[in-house]
Amino acid sequence: MSAHLAVRGLKAFYGQTQALHGLDLDLEEGGITALLGANGAGKTTVLRAICGMIRSEGEIQLDGRGIGGSTVEDVVRLGVAHVPEGRGTFVRLTVEENLELGAMIRRDRAAVAGDIERVYAHFPRLKERRHQQAGTLSGGEQQMLAVGRALMLRPRVMLLDEPSFGLAPLVVAEVFEILKSVNKSDRVSVLLVEQNAALALEFADHAYLIETGRIVMSGTTAAIGADENIRRAYLGY
Amino acid sequence: MDLFLHQLLAGIATGGIYACLALAVVMIYQSIDHFNFAQGEMAMFSTYIAWQLLAWGFPYWPAFAATVVISFAGGVAIERLLFKPIRNAPVLSHIVVFIAMFSILNSVAGFTWEYTIKSFPSPFPSTPLFGNRLIGAHDLGMVGITLVMLVLLYVLFRHTRLGLAMRAAAANPDSARLVGIRVGWMVALGWGLAAAIGSVAGMMIAPIVFLEPNMMLGILLYGLAGAVVGGLTSPIGAVLGGFAVGIIENLAGTFIPVVGKELKLTIALVLIVAVLMVKPSGLFGRTAVSRV
Repeated sequence: MSAHLAVRGLKAFYGQTQALHGLDLDLEEGGITALLGANGAGKTTVLRAICGMIRSEGEIQLDGRGIGGSTVEDVVRLGVAHVPEGRGTFVRLTVEENLELGAMIRRDRAAVAGDIERVYAHFPRLKERRHQQAGTLSGGEQQMLAVGRALMLRPRVMLLDEPSFGLAPLVVAEVFEILKSVNKSDRVSVLLVEQNAALALEFADHAYLIETGRIVMSGTTAAIGADENIRRAYLGY
Repeated sequence: MDLFLHQLLAGIATGGIYACLALAVVMIYQSIDHFNFAQGEMAMFSTYIAWQLLAWGFPYWPAFAATVVISFAGGVAIERLLFKPIRNAPVLSHIVVFIAMFSILNSVAGFTWEYTIKSFPSPFPSTPLFGNRLIGAHDLGMVGITLVMLVLLYVLFRHTRLGLAMRAAAANPDSARLVGIRVGWMVALGWGLAAAIGSVAGMMIAPIVFLEPNMMLGILLYGLAGAVVGGLTSPIGAVLGGFAVGIIENLAGTFIPVVGKELKLTIALVLIVAVLMVKPSGLFGRTAVSRV
């Protein structure tokens, strides 16, 4: 397995404050990697740095090509879809327009129409509400929409920022099941940021533990989940 | 009754002017979320460009088209040169630049073409259409052109991917970037469109109020009133609002003795205040609904 996305010595700053202190991370092609840690550890910052939303130092390579310093718009064009914290819904636009926007940079219009139907097949509730203002959807539906919008890109890498946040357990299960199936069928590499460590360890195959901007532990989820000391110290269960 | 009909039609005619400018105001408000104080002066400047082209001997419609294209490019250039560098600056900085643009455009126009009043030709025949004498051909043509622009904008925003990208970029720039939309260029495009619409408004208005650097001062106020009445987020609301302001202004000026000619301008302000108090999103503006 080769590293699809490789991060080396990543540093990021918010004004004077350094948020990431030289962080290494590998994303396996077609794998699911979880990034775990407490509030404020820098998980979201890692995702933002990778997709160019904030400026960062260090090396970020996608398929061996450096993408550090690229703008968000250009990183998206390389097939990196980011489902941001807070879901990034276009609240005044309809559900279907939100999905169309996900495929904005694609030129194959016919395939896009097919992909919208595919998202509807995954999330039938979105189809029922396709002409509704997206802001009127429930939190769970908006999360589905955010995932659906990301899928519309036909991404090669998906960055997911706390997709379980604020959702009922049943909805979480539904969303993660679909993520898993897309990960399998499309060989999308997934980088998942989660506070719900138990959930993430079950879903992912590799995990990194992050604490105040540094990686303190990494390995397969099986190994990390089995180690009681790590669970107690870092994951709180 | 005859007087009422007369004033109603006259109201629609002047309403067409306001609707034109209200449309330009809404366009730029949509893409930058601020009200552009210099909108009227941009339109005035475009009209001078058209006047210059006509003075050089171009026929009307080629000069019209060239002015629209030049204005579009000028609008894009203004965004790229003036507003892109201060994109993250506070609102006040934007307002200061708007005011600077206002006085620069006003003075440069006065310096280049002098402050004397010039007449500007209408592309429409001077004889009344359909043998009626209630509404002039130019007024009708102006209303028609406003409606054509409205339809074109509607098609652009509702039925093209570019329009969808522009709406997304205006509503939620961060998310728009995350789906790959080049937000900066969408804003520049919004400026270009607003400048182009403004140029059409200017060329339609100039035959009525005559061309001079301050021609847009009062009209911008009415146009803004129209935009506020209709809702700053709705192009169709802006056009209807513009017509409503024109009609109300004329009828009130005629039938409410206190108002008369002197207090007509006040009506625009009263309308703005009234609408903002009763329905801040305007008659047609969409209130964003969201769950928290």
